This record gives sequence, structure tokens and C-alpha cells, in this order.
Amino acid sequence: MGGRRFWSWLWITLGALYFLVPLYATLHFSLQAKRGTLSLLAYQNVLADPQFYRTFAFSLQMAAATIVTGIVLIVPTAYWVHLRLPKLRPAVELITLMPFVIPAVVLVFGLIRAYSRPPLLLVSSPALLVAGYTVLSLPYMYRAVDTGLRAVDVRTLTEAAQSLGAGWPTILWRVILPNLRVAVLSGSFLTLAIVVGEFTLAALLAWPAFGPYMALLGQNRAYEPAALAIMSFGLTWLAMGVILWIGRGRQGGPSELSGTH
Amino acid sequence: MPSRRVLGDWLGVVPFFLFAVAFIFWPAMALFVGAFRDAQGGFTLANIVALFQPFILDAYWLTIRVSLVTAVGGGIFGFLVAYAAILGGLPRGVRTALTTFSGVASNFAGIPLAFAFIATLGRVGMVTVLLRDVFGLNIYDRGFNLYSFWGLSLTYMYFQFPLMVLIISPALDGLRREWREAASNLGASNVQYWRYVALPILLPSLLGTMILLFGNAFGAYATAYGLTGGSLNLIPILIGQQVRGDVLHNPGLGYALALGMVVVMAVSIAAFSWLQSRTSRWIRRGA
Repeated sequence: MGGRRFWSWLWITLGALYFLVPLYATLHFSLQAKRGTLSLLAYQNVLADPQFYRTFAFSLQMAAATIVTGIVLIVPTAYWVHLRLPKLRPAVELITLMPFVIPAVVLVFGLIRAYSRPPLLLVSSPALLVAGYTVLSLPYMYRAVDTGLRAVDVRTLTEAAQSLGAGWPTILWRVILPNLRVAVLSGSFLTLAIVVGEFTLAALLAWPAFGPYMALLGQNRAYEPAALAIMSFGLTWLAMGVILWIGRGRQGGPSELSGTH
Repeated sequence: MPSRRVLGDWLGVVPFFLFAVAFIFWPAMALFVGAFRDAQGGFTLANIVALFQPFILDAYWLTIRVSLVTAVGGGIFGFLVAYAAILGGLPRGVRTALTTFSGVASNFAGIPLAFAFIATLGRVGMVTVLLRDVFGLNIYDRGFNLYSFWGLSLTYMYFQFPLMVLIISPALDGLRREWREAASNLGASNVQYWRYVALPILLPSLLGTMILLFGNAFGAYATAYGLTGGSLNLIPILIGQQVRGDVLHNPGLGYALALGMVVVMAVSIAAFSWLQSRTSRWIRRGA
């Protein structure tokens, strides 16, 4: 038994080292902007750069638009598939998994080819970027919403609402969506984490987003990129933390039918 | 009436399918068609044939090697780590921590990941300097270079092995304690238990996830770009350059490259889901 424990600890330690050493190295590197002393100079430089705020704000806007598009697209579809068209589930699932088959660099290539000629001249519109991001976020958003729908009794909720005279928009907006709060929020934060630092689509569609900004900084500076990597990692952590926090104690637990309004 | 009801049912999913057609299938189709078109717009196989020139075959070969090494290496490492955390007799907290960390690490890819590895294993990276100053080992003199095959592979491993941990954990949870007890009651040794019970059950899942990791590395653009600035001859980098400006001087060849990549990815995903369904059948039966 002692032997087994030893090997377990060994592998866990190796895994932890692989995970933590690059982080520690990056943190260490980011503090060395002033020769011979540890300082926050690299962070100050990053935070003093107006480009940082401009690109970050742009990416946040894109993330917000992507989240809204994703919710509007996925929640009614997943709900409808649950309620009326269970046969369609494999097809919908397959479509949401397409980003794993068509990597971002190919997707953006296709989008540019498909939408760069009039009458469909969309390449210079942020709408195309948002559409691309929505495609990239489909697997995460759909999975979150689908899991959420499994945990609530969709049919009973719908029938109860209908018998009280609610129409479809009311049912979706005031009955289903509130019950999917947790699922939608975790899907949204995952989307946020993906979109804010996304590079491929933003760079190849030539948008001044946060990902391309980081890449540019990486070519011109030494310590600031490390600071950005730490900040970006912190953001991913934060998004994951929020997901865990809003989903706490919900696994398999009873759905809260009351108290949502 | 029933037909109207059915029609109404279908209307509910129309927006989703329209979106999928407009922003997934139509663009994919545009690339597909482009791959079989010559400059005059006629049908041709020349673009597909042109994929077999040494320069492009080299790119495919390098991409395949990086994907293979990180899929198998990351897969085995991830499996061992997940096994240690779930079945290794460690405190429960270890597993919770591992799952959380894996969730973060598998999403920490792209430009920031490249920066992190430059700070770790670049020419003045912390580990490079540490090895040189403390152990007298200059890895760059010994042929290591972060911006080439092994460097790229080590970097990809950072998101590959956590993904393995996340996907394989449910399968490891599905290994019933009773199976092990039954095996040892029948006199099986530890090796025999693994050889005849556990491994056959886990193998489809392991292989399937490795294939998924393969596809994951095969399509990665941002990390490779962040690390090498586009100097490494990888298929995603080539496609990116072709998008930025027709570097191949043949748009059709660019589309053929993209098509080739989609074919590789589609085959990997199909194999993954097939193997995954085989495992889930076992585990459902066992449970």
C-alpha cells in the first residue's frame, strides 16, 4: 500500500510541477523589468498603455455580443429539442461540436471566403467576428444549457405556464431562462474566458482585439508580455472560479422551482 | 392538424440551423469548392495533387509529429496523474484541486501560454538559466530550442495533459471496485488485473481521448504563432499566412490545405466518438 501511495504522490507532484513551474517562471520574469530588483514596473507599463484598455474593452464588447447571441440561439433551441424534438438531439449536438472539426484558423478562412464579396460583404463588420466567436463557443454554451435543462422538469414547467395562459416568449423568458440561470451563467463565463484572449479570428479578420495586442507586445517587449500572461491567467482563473462558485452545491441537486422570481 | 403541429415544431429550431448553415457549413463549403477550382473557375484536381509537394508534405509531417507526440505523451501523463488522484489512495482534496487546475490549464492556451513558456524555457527563461547556472547544463548548446519541435511539443503538453485528466476521469470513476475484488478473489495478480480487466475497459477511452488530443494540437494556431511568430512550417501557420496574403501564390492550394486539415480533424473526431461510445457501453453495463 505504501508503494502505491508513493507512486500516486510522485505523479501528482510531477503534474503539479508541470502546471506551476511555468506560472512561477512567468511571474518571476514579469517582476524583473527593473534590473537587479523585483518591481511591478512591467505591470505599470501595461496598465499605462491606452492600447491595453482600448483592445481589452473591444474584446469585452465582442464577448458580450457573443454571449447574448449564444444565449438567444442556444436556449430556445435546446429547450425546444428537449420538449418537442428529442430525435433532433444528435444533429444539434453534432453541429455544436463542429468547432472541434473545423479549427479556428480554417473557420476564419472559410468565413472570409464566403463573406468577402458583395452582396454578402461582411468581412469588415464586427458581426462576422461575433458570428465566428459564437461558433467557437457553441460546444461550451450548448453543453452548459443542455446540462441545465436535464436538471429541470421542462415539460411540467411548460405545461404549468401554458395553463396559466403564458405564450412562448413569456415561457422562455420568465420560466425557462430563470431556471437555467446557473447553466447560462457558467456557459457565459466560459465564453468570456475564451473570447477575451482569442487571437486567431481577431488577428486574421484584422480587429484591434486583446489577443492581437498581446501578440504585438510579445514581438516588441520583453517583460510586459510576461505580465500580460499573468494577468490573463488570473482572468481565466477568475472566470473558472465564478463558474464553480455559481454552480456550487448544484450537482444533481433538486432544481429550484420556487424562488426564481 | 398533426402535420401543422410537426411543421410548427420544426420552426422552433430554424434559427439555429440557419445560423449553422450560414456560419459553419456555407463557409466550409466555400473552401471545399475552392479546393477543386482552377483560376478560371473550372473543376480541377490540381490543387489536391499540389498538396503532395515536399514543402507541404514537410508541414503536414511536422504538424503530425507534434500532434502525435503531445497526444501520446500528454495522454499517458494525464492518465497517470488522473489515476493517481482518483484511484491512488490520496486525500479527496487532491482530486478537487486537480480538476479545477485542469479546467483552467486546458483553457490557458494561445498567446499567453506562449509567453509563459518563453519565460520558462526561452533563452533567458527561468528553467534555462537555472539549469545553466546551477547544473552547468546549457540546453540551448545541447540542441534544445523552444521555437522548434520539442519546445513546441512541451508547450502544447501544458493544455494537452489537463484535457486528458478532464476526459478520462469519468472513465476512471467507472472502474468498479468489485471488479478488482472479483479478480483478486479469483487469484489474479495486479498485472493480470490490469492486463485482462482494467486496460481492456479503459483502452477505447484512452485511445479515443488521445485521438481528440491529436486533433486539438493539429488545429492549434494561436500558441504556435505566439511562440514562433509564424516561422515554423506547420499546417495551421501555413493556412494563417495564406489568409493574410496569398503566400502560396495559388488560392486554390490554400483551400486544399484547409480541406486537408478538416479531413484529418473529422477522421479524428469520428474515431474519438466511436471509441468513446464503446467505453460508455462497458461502463454503463458495469454500473
